[in-house]
Amino acid sequence: MAGGMVIIGGGECGVRAALALREHDHHVPITLVGAEKYLPYERPPLSKEGLADDTAEGPRTIATAERLAGASIIMACGKAARTIGRQAHTVGFDDGTTIPYDRLLIATGAEPRPLALAGPATGRVGYFRTYDDALRLRPFLAPGRHIAIIGGGFIGLEIAAGARKRGAAVTVIEALPRVLSRVVPGEIAEVIEARHLAEGVALYCSARVEGIEQRADAVAVTLGDGRRVLADFLLIGIGAVPVVGLAAAAGLTVDNGVVVDETLRTSDPEIFAAGDCCSFPLPVYGGRRVRLECWRNALDQGALAARNMLGGTEPISALPWFWSDQYDLTLQIAGLPDQGSTTVRRDTGGGSFILFHLDGAGNLVAASGIGHGNAVAKDIRVAEMLIQKGVRPDARQLAEPSTRLKSLLAA
Amino acid sequence: MSWVEACNVGDVDEEDVLRFDHGERTFAIYRSPDDEYFATEGFCTHERTHLADGLVMDDIIECPKHNGRFNYKTGEARGAPVCVNLKTYPVKVTDGKVLIEIG
Repeated sequence: MAGGMVIIGGGECGVRAALALREHDHHVPITLVGAEKYLPYERPPLSKEGLADDTAEGPRTIATAERLAGASIIMACGKAARTIGRQAHTVGFDDGTTIPYDRLLIATGAEPRPLALAGPATGRVGYFRTYDDALRLRPFLAPGRHIAIIGGGFIGLEIAAGARKRGAAVTVIEALPRVLSRVVPGEIAEVIEARHLAEGVALYCSARVEGIEQRADAVAVTLGDGRRVLADFLLIGIGAVPVVGLAAAAGLTVDNGVVVDETLRTSDPEIFAAGDCCSFPLPVYGGRRVRLECWRNALDQGALAARNMLGGTEPISALPWFWSDQYDLTLQIAGLPDQGSTTVRRDTGGGSFILFHLDGAGNLVAASGIGHGNAVAKDIRVAEMLIQKGVRPDARQLAEPSTRLKSLLAA
Repeated sequence: MSWVEACNVGDVDEEDVLRFDHGERTFAIYRSPDDEYFATEGFCTHERTHLADGLVMDDIIECPKHNGRFNYKTGEARGAPVCVNLKTYPVKVTDGKVLIEIG
């Protein structure tokens, strides 16, 4: 192979793909190209425990320069791909250079959904995805400061929690009647919402943003009912959109992400896509097509793409898995709860609980849980294995805290 | 080197793990499916997460936070995102007590 393996995107997915390629092939040339100036770093901590950590000198890297060099992975940072030449098998970059490929992986991720009303990001208005975004926010995480957040999703609420921890005042503005409507079951969202209120977060649900005015000393958000929120910083967290411009321009099929088959091949079999940027079929749900913005999916798909770039035809087998940390609460979800039609609740002590989501036939299709620290982690992990095994558990057993969930695996 | 009493043999279920704090340090005590005891440092090598909240399957402990995997018998890191091995400690069972040598 002349060009070898080229990966566009230096996030979790791209790095996992590069490391997995080397694990399975000791000789193939591997080039990993990231648009940011930093070595690949972990994004989850940015909005969680890393938000308030100003002792670190930089983002926490996924793999050090030494580790990448030791694996003979050529890493280029601060280089954005501009074109894919599918006939010539080349990728062109913003610095005028071109790299040839035999197999290409698009792992460009997702970027914050822009709010047109807000205008461009400035010193007082920002989005949240990168380490630089976190650095811009940091000076406002202090007593006497007020942060307004548009969007009661994971990003907005994790940052709300971090900001309260540092003593800043927080107002969250959510368009829907409750926070976390998209993927989190109502019972769990209620727990999170109540906790934010108890921590002193001002929460405006069913709120429409009418106007945003940036002044020298503050930013003013006007709501549909005439209320006005005056803040030092406005953070916009209204979801993410897949980064697909490169793929679309190259003529690859794009539909809510770069469309891939169950082996992560795009409409060009020599080009793969994985992680937040791709739309893929989930075999565990009969091929239901989804796009996930989550860390473990990025990691799993990076590794799977690597095996298939080397000639494999292995299908996606992982189940969606999310987590969020807010205050001392951790939420975990395995599978997609909306796949279920009934719910069984299991209380596990100390206010922690698990919801098992069953479909019409009684199959376990998802599980979600919330608790202090990692109280629900073990049960969610076992639930994940039960789902993958296609177990149809007895609802009474699931609800009974004394049932060892692990024992259902053997059934 | 000193041996410290960590727990009673019945305190850990088979194929499970228990947290053991000693002074400023934290450890994880494992009981394997074939009824042997093992000990490792208590925190995952990726983040400061208590491994004792994680799931034991055969000779693997999985971190509750990000599913990093280790062989708890050898300490070997066995799956992303972990890449640094866990420290392990000698264990002996005497008079129904599990003791670990924490040095």
